[in-house]
Amino acid sequence: MNTPAFKKETFRDDYTFRNSPEAIRRFPFPFAEDEYMYSVNIEQHVSTNPGSVFEYAIDIDEHYIAECEDRRLTLERDPTRYIALPHMMDAQWDMVELIMDSLSTDYPQWFELTKNGNEWHWINKPLEIDQTFTFGDTSTLPMEPFEYITRQVQGDWIIMDHRDDDLFADMGMVTSQADWSIAFDAGMSFKEWHGPVPQANEIGIFDRALKYLLHLQYGSPVRRLNWTMTVNPRLDTSPEEFPLWGPDNASVTPENVGEKVYLRVELQALFRLPRSNAIAFSVRGYLISLDELITYPKWAKRLRRVLTNLHPDLSEYKGLDLYRQTVIDWLEPLEDGAELGLGTQPE
Amino acid sequence: MSILNVRVADVEQVTDVVKHFTLVQENGQPLPRFSGGSHVVVSMNINGRIHRNPYSLMGSPENTDSYHISVRRQEKSRGGSVFMHDGVTVGTELQITYPVNLFSLSKLGKKHILVAGGIGITPFMSQIADLNRLGDDYEMHYAFRSAEHGAFVDQLQQMCGDRLHLHIESEGQRINFHKLLSNQPLGTHIYVCGPEPMVNALLLTAKDLGWPKTHVHSEQFLAPPIGDSFKVQLAKSNMEIEIPGDMSMLEAMEEAGLEPDFLCRGGACGRCEVEVLECDGALMHNDHYLSDAEKASGNKIMPCVSRARCQKLLLNI
Repeated sequence: MNTPAFKKETFRDDYTFRNSPEAIRRFPFPFAEDEYMYSVNIEQHVSTNPGSVFEYAIDIDEHYIAECEDRRLTLERDPTRYIALPHMMDAQWDMVELIMDSLSTDYPQWFELTKNGNEWHWINKPLEIDQTFTFGDTSTLPMEPFEYITRQVQGDWIIMDHRDDDLFADMGMVTSQADWSIAFDAGMSFKEWHGPVPQANEIGIFDRALKYLLHLQYGSPVRRLNWTMTVNPRLDTSPEEFPLWGPDNASVTPENVGEKVYLRVELQALFRLPRSNAIAFSVRGYLISLDELITYPKWAKRLRRVLTNLHPDLSEYKGLDLYRQTVIDWLEPLEDGAELGLGTQPE
Repeated sequence: MSILNVRVADVEQVTDVVKHFTLVQENGQPLPRFSGGSHVVVSMNINGRIHRNPYSLMGSPENTDSYHISVRRQEKSRGGSVFMHDGVTVGTELQITYPVNLFSLSKLGKKHILVAGGIGITPFMSQIADLNRLGDDYEMHYAFRSAEHGAFVDQLQQMCGDRLHLHIESEGQRINFHKLLSNQPLGTHIYVCGPEPMVNALLLTAKDLGWPKTHVHSEQFLAPPIGDSFKVQLAKSNMEIEIPGDMSMLEAMEEAGLEPDFLCRGGACGRCEVEVLECDGALMHNDHYLSDAEKASGNKIMPCVSRARCQKLLLNI
């Protein structure tokens, strides 16, 4: 693993977030063809490409420390971004095990876990944490187990209880979301919290997706990519804070579009949890500015074509209407009409 | 599908028809964790033919050094249980799937009533371990034919104390479902596993008494029934296969080299569902997954347990 040093950067106020050339190269560009419509684009979450965001179950990259700090700031302003209903305690410990096991196995240079029965010793070097605790005994951690561990990992986590042949969003740590709220969705069933998504229900996506997820097996996690666009590299684009970021959507001009507008790709992974039989849904966001994205002309052309062909309902739902045409016009000079072929690779 | 290679570490004759097997991972590592009510599917190579049977995990989810399953000998079956009894000894190597839970405890339950008939006790053993750990309120009702058929009673007495209620048929003790289900506090969940007539009687009683469907849970794994042989055409694979009388469609497809999806192999989970494109006769649905309306429509079939009586059957697989 040749990840560069962790960067000191911000996702609010002065927005100093940038991607290194290596981070641009490994960006999970989501468009394999020139048109986009929803599909149940689920694949096994197995290690595919060394160095890619798919190499490990949980990806740690150069933004790790800065993202954890941004989460801390968001929780300080609004503790309700973390919710765990009382019946989810087994799932809380499942999550401690999943994250600690994955990180210590995949990134031994940064994370160490020693288990002596239920006595665990956890070392997180980047965040300078050294913690001994008793697995299963909440009183031995400084806060609830799920909050404790998700403060040490990038991306949002929603844990779904499996009951009544349905999934319920009964626990979550959500501080880097694309305009939705765990405080609002907590306790909702699978179809309830997907209610606002346009077009998908009509084509039967949710029936199939739910049925698939109910059969998800421990030991066989799956993943998919989702995407949206955002103005400024802001992680906390929540409905709660809309006044802080909503007006930015009207600030895009032909002059600033390259640095202001970001493609935001979510690597969504789903893990069956063993003790609780719950399902963990991780939503790990990757941000890339258009200036960074067009360093690969193939991505520039493909993004222009996808945005041009995008269904109006999806454009509205993703909040792109105010600046989509500005982006298309700005990308226009890079378009040569060349056939791009199938695939998401940068070159 | 993730597969685990295990070795039989111990075999115990529990009653004259029930054997208990202790399985450890061949590589010496602990086995994957699981939740109460989970099962694994065991693969058996019987004279060159692969049989796969689901068995509930009985041990405590706290201890994953070994898995525990129990098998009742079924003489009138296709040989899986007989193989486990006669062919599997200490040291036998087997392959099992990762645990799957189709019979999980509702974490919102205020009280849990567990009802087992005979070998149907097995999924409750791990559930009781979870309930004890969580300190939840429960009753365990265990019905069996006669004292010598009461497998694991000593262990249950230790685990459940006075929460255990035995119902021994030869001593005239039968569970009165109406009485049991009539006076339970709001938020109670009931779970039943046992012979089909018992499960059906309980489900009917619960329905009559107005229990919410979501609070009534049952698990029945069906063995694929023996029937007449028939032919199946597979549209996507572009082949025709013969289904012998003692094989399921799922098994025949696997023997033909296909890898259809499956989880429980007992008609419960729905994972192996296949679309029926054409059938000129009768589908014989044996599963618990499809609704009556779906069965009547004839568009879907569960190849793990269901069969057909027809000249032509075309499946979309």
